[in-house]
Amino acid sequence: MPFATDDSNMLDDWLVAGPATSLAGTSEQQPHVTRLLGETLALWTDAHGTPQCRLGTQPLVVQSRYGYLWVCPSGHPARPLFAFPEYTEPGRRTVDCGGIGVAVSGLRVIENFLDMAHFPFVHTDYLGKVPHTEVAPYKVDIDPATNEIWATDCRFWQPRASAAHDSGADVLYKYRVMQPLSAMLYKSSARPGAQDAIALFLQPIDDEHVIAHTMLACFDEVSTDAELIAFQQTIFGQDKPILENHAFKRMPLEGRAETPTRGDTSSVTYRRWLRERGMRFGTRAAA
Amino acid sequence: MTTMLKLYDYPLSGNCFKVRQLLAWLGVAYEAVPVDFYPGREHKSAAFLANVNPLGQLPVIDDDGFVLRDAQAILVYLASRHDAQHRWYPDDAKLRGQVAMWLAAADEITRTASAARLHDALGYHLDIDACRSGARAVFRVLDDHLAEQASAGLRWLAAAPEPTIADLACFPYVALAGEGGISLDEFPALRNWVWDFRHLPGFIGMSGIFPAGPA
Repeated sequence: MPFATDDSNMLDDWLVAGPATSLAGTSEQQPHVTRLLGETLALWTDAHGTPQCRLGTQPLVVQSRYGYLWVCPSGHPARPLFAFPEYTEPGRRTVDCGGIGVAVSGLRVIENFLDMAHFPFVHTDYLGKVPHTEVAPYKVDIDPATNEIWATDCRFWQPRASAAHDSGADVLYKYRVMQPLSAMLYKSSARPGAQDAIALFLQPIDDEHVIAHTMLACFDEVSTDAELIAFQQTIFGQDKPILENHAFKRMPLEGRAETPTRGDTSSVTYRRWLRERGMRFGTRAAA
Repeated sequence: MTTMLKLYDYPLSGNCFKVRQLLAWLGVAYEAVPVDFYPGREHKSAAFLANVNPLGQLPVIDDDGFVLRDAQAILVYLASRHDAQHRWYPDDAKLRGQVAMWLAAADEITRTASAARLHDALGYHLDIDACRSGARAVFRVLDDHLAEQASAGLRWLAAAPEPTIADLACFPYVALAGEGGISLDEFPALRNWVWDFRHLPGFIGMSGIFPAGPA
């Protein structure tokens, strides 16, 4: 394999390779070019409207789902792409909030996405505010049918939970990890009783670089796309310097380099889940 | 009847930050009009080019029908209009000359350090090595100047006791340089200046630049 890793967790899975809209106006002669696992891929739409992908002269398997392109580097996916039923659920708006480059292992980005304890300190006046710092106990399970991680019964007081909120609210969260580099969160919507979905799909450039793609599937009839995107990018832009300033760009899975606390149940489960599948890409060998 | 000042705004833009920060310091209320700069490229859309800014850039303000583009020009306008003490844009020939000189340097910082960040964070296809080396060249000039100022007992770019719009114009893309893969380690005077600026009362910060905590 020509790719920068031989970790089957990456090679035999569907990896996001950018938004489907990047194929507009492309052809085999004028493809869209993007990076994946240390290589440069050419992507285009053929005469039948089907996405195609090549690495050098070698064709790669690609599909277009949920507004993004998904490539299986080995051509032998170990499982189908996960379900994202909210993407097509009637009444929801889907908004591509753009892909943002982050200079850190993607595993760090997913772990940060699952963490509520940082809200008051990093997302002050949006997703949290001192002294509302307590992470109440929540449940973490692994769905035996899909092997996805689910964190449920999460609750956090937020001054401004979304573009549609203009005052503080106790917000309910659910988190879901579908792949080592793909996660979703579901949080109380501005529509009473409903939950908005926010998908985070990481395109692995190499062990220490990703492009973080965010897709909203929300109930919001008031905000403009620009307002929804501005909100998501404001939040993600606050996380970015924290992520990029980790002492270790890669995630240590073994040893005691980093010590979790009780609020970190999601992180503990995620790291164990990665260890059990023998994750090496984006990880740091034990000292 | 006058309408509230409108700012065509993008949260991750350092150039828009300059305007948000000055408006906050001057206590001027405004309405932010979010522009889908990325991924939508709304600032290059036909409607934006025709109605807001033919150069396809942010920020732009609309002050009761007076439309002005260019971050540095907007700083000059807002300070001239709303800062009766002339603190941000001092009413002195030499200081104004110095301020204008550093406002031009701010454009050079946008062309280099901001471009490097657009490459790394938003995937722009640019010559990243040229962006970074250009940024280091202009940072070297700033760092040397600030070190000289310090030896004369001065902390800011112009020879004024308080920061001016020159500091504000140069600040964000220096503070965000790390997001373009440019370290400030070799620019100690510049790092001190960033620290001092972040600790000014009323500093609002933006994504990527945290406001300083309570002292």
